[in-house]
Amino acid sequence: MFSYVARRVVYAIPIILSVALVCFLLVHITPGDPLVAVLPADASQELAQQLRVAYGFDKPLPVQFGLWVWRALHGDLGSSIATGRPVLAEVLNAVRNTVMLAVFAAAIGFTLGLFFGLIAGYFRDTWVDKVATSIAIAGVSVPHYWLGMVLVIIFSVQLNWLPAVGAGSGGSAAWAWDWEHMKYLILPAVTTSVIPMGIVTRTVRALTGDILSQDFVEALRAKGLQEFKVFRHVIKNAAPTALAVMGLQLGYMLGGSILIETVFSWPGSGLLLNSAIFQRDLPLLQGTILVLALFFVFLNLLVDIAQASIDPRIKRA
Amino acid sequence: MTVITDTALQAAPVTKARGYWATVGRRISRDKVSMACAVILLLILLAAIFAPYLGLADPYQGSMIRRLRAIGTPNYPLGTDELGRDMLARLIYGGRLSLLIGILPVILAFIIGTSLGLVAGYVGGKLNTAIMRTIDVFYAFPSVLLAIAISGALGAGIVNSIVSLTIVFVPQITRVAESVTTGVRNMDYVEAARASGADTFTIMRVHMLGNVLGSIFVYATGLISVSMILAAGLSFLGLGTKPPEPEWGLMLNTLRTAIYVNPWVAALPGVMIFAVSICFNLLSDGMRSAMDIRN
Repeated sequence: MFSYVARRVVYAIPIILSVALVCFLLVHITPGDPLVAVLPADASQELAQQLRVAYGFDKPLPVQFGLWVWRALHGDLGSSIATGRPVLAEVLNAVRNTVMLAVFAAAIGFTLGLFFGLIAGYFRDTWVDKVATSIAIAGVSVPHYWLGMVLVIIFSVQLNWLPAVGAGSGGSAAWAWDWEHMKYLILPAVTTSVIPMGIVTRTVRALTGDILSQDFVEALRAKGLQEFKVFRHVIKNAAPTALAVMGLQLGYMLGGSILIETVFSWPGSGLLLNSAIFQRDLPLLQGTILVLALFFVFLNLLVDIAQASIDPRIKRA
Repeated sequence: MTVITDTALQAAPVTKARGYWATVGRRISRDKVSMACAVILLLILLAAIFAPYLGLADPYQGSMIRRLRAIGTPNYPLGTDELGRDMLARLIYGGRLSLLIGILPVILAFIIGTSLGLVAGYVGGKLNTAIMRTIDVFYAFPSVLLAIAISGALGAGIVNSIVSLTIVFVPQITRVAESVTTGVRNMDYVEAARASGADTFTIMRVHMLGNVLGSIFVYATGLISVSMILAAGLSFLGLGTKPPEPEWGLMLNTLRTAIYVNPWVAALPGVMIFAVSICFNLLSDGMRSAMDIRN
């Protein structure tokens, strides 16, 4: 087991470096001067040159990349051009809110997805299956940002039950785990949960169907095992794959939150990315993408290791 | 002594062996859901193409005095948008750009990804490692993040949004193509073709392509649904189409301010995205089960 974990970790290192390279290059394929956001239109050549040196934009690209990675390893992702604050602090602050949203959405989406998937797979080709499958396909096909709008229309505009945008008065800094604040989380979390719900349902349904059609299930039933105990075997066999899919979905929710956070003005990493893009705040853009991608790589690593440790069929040697 | 008479022979049912694709075609044409989806998609596509001949209002012509009319207003069956433009016309015209930026990236990625995957899978060795490890890097990004990062870096615009979505889908299609190709490569009939002196190109064209394209095609059809949502999503964020072009994602964005005035008109463009996306998903599911002949 240890050598398996070690190998996975070693394998992640080139991936992490490549991810850093992609994040770095992204900013350098950007058309226009990276200083355009800070420089006044009538800035003198000298001022532009000074700033270029200050931000390190005057050095050759490989040197810039090396320096950037070196600083990143020391926890320094530069400072935001727009606000002047350190990028890492801004990103981590925002990521905290996104994690909160993603965990809530995962709780909703995974619970429903597992439930629908299991009953759909178990009662295959009955009306239960048809209803669950339809919900799942609607979940994966709905443009979630539009669903967010529709939920706002129903629950905020028409019924006036839940707030439409934001994270409560005082923003994210004044967050507390009470109803006053939690109600801001409900609509974004429900909206975020539909895609994972659909995907988990579809995965678990297929898994359950496959497992139930295997010979060992026949054997279990033949020896007179109670049906709910047969079901326990099904769950045990489906768990590793289901877990891997859920881990990946959690990663997608963390990294792909920009649309929903924009709809709900939820102060997370997606909203930060949005403002970094439109203010052309390149250090912030670079830093946010890097942190989110590293989160995703790390989560994938965890999922791989978790899957290998609970599934004896995966070779760990 | 029994003699099979001519009449008995003629009475025997004529069973002509049907080819694989003919069987698949027959199976899918019997699937009501898939056919319904195909018809809906065809209608939306045809309406978008022939929009100028449908006698619709001008989708660009606004009016300050008839802004945000409700659904069902005489002359404006689906109401008007925030600038007083006819929603029905804009939704139908909107199909042109929305379908283009949603479907084209998948077609481009299908071509590029299939080529890369075929080569990687068939040639194997170092080339395979080089292609597949590069692909792995893109898998380290959640697809929405990657699409938005590239679009955000390149700047807003239709071409940039198509480029960024193509980059997002190429790795996914390449991975599928590579694994299918690797599977087919080790089949006996490929070995037989090689033994009988067929060159690499012929084997690729005749034996590999024919046997891998089906699976990749079905996979790509499923991706169109994601692509439609993402493409409209980029426009929704302001990274795709620019006003005043009618495009569903952008319309959804500009109508967001209207949800307190006329909420259901504001939600209409999303219905179109949803409809197209769900139809492609169901169609892809239908094709997958039609191609799985063993059942």
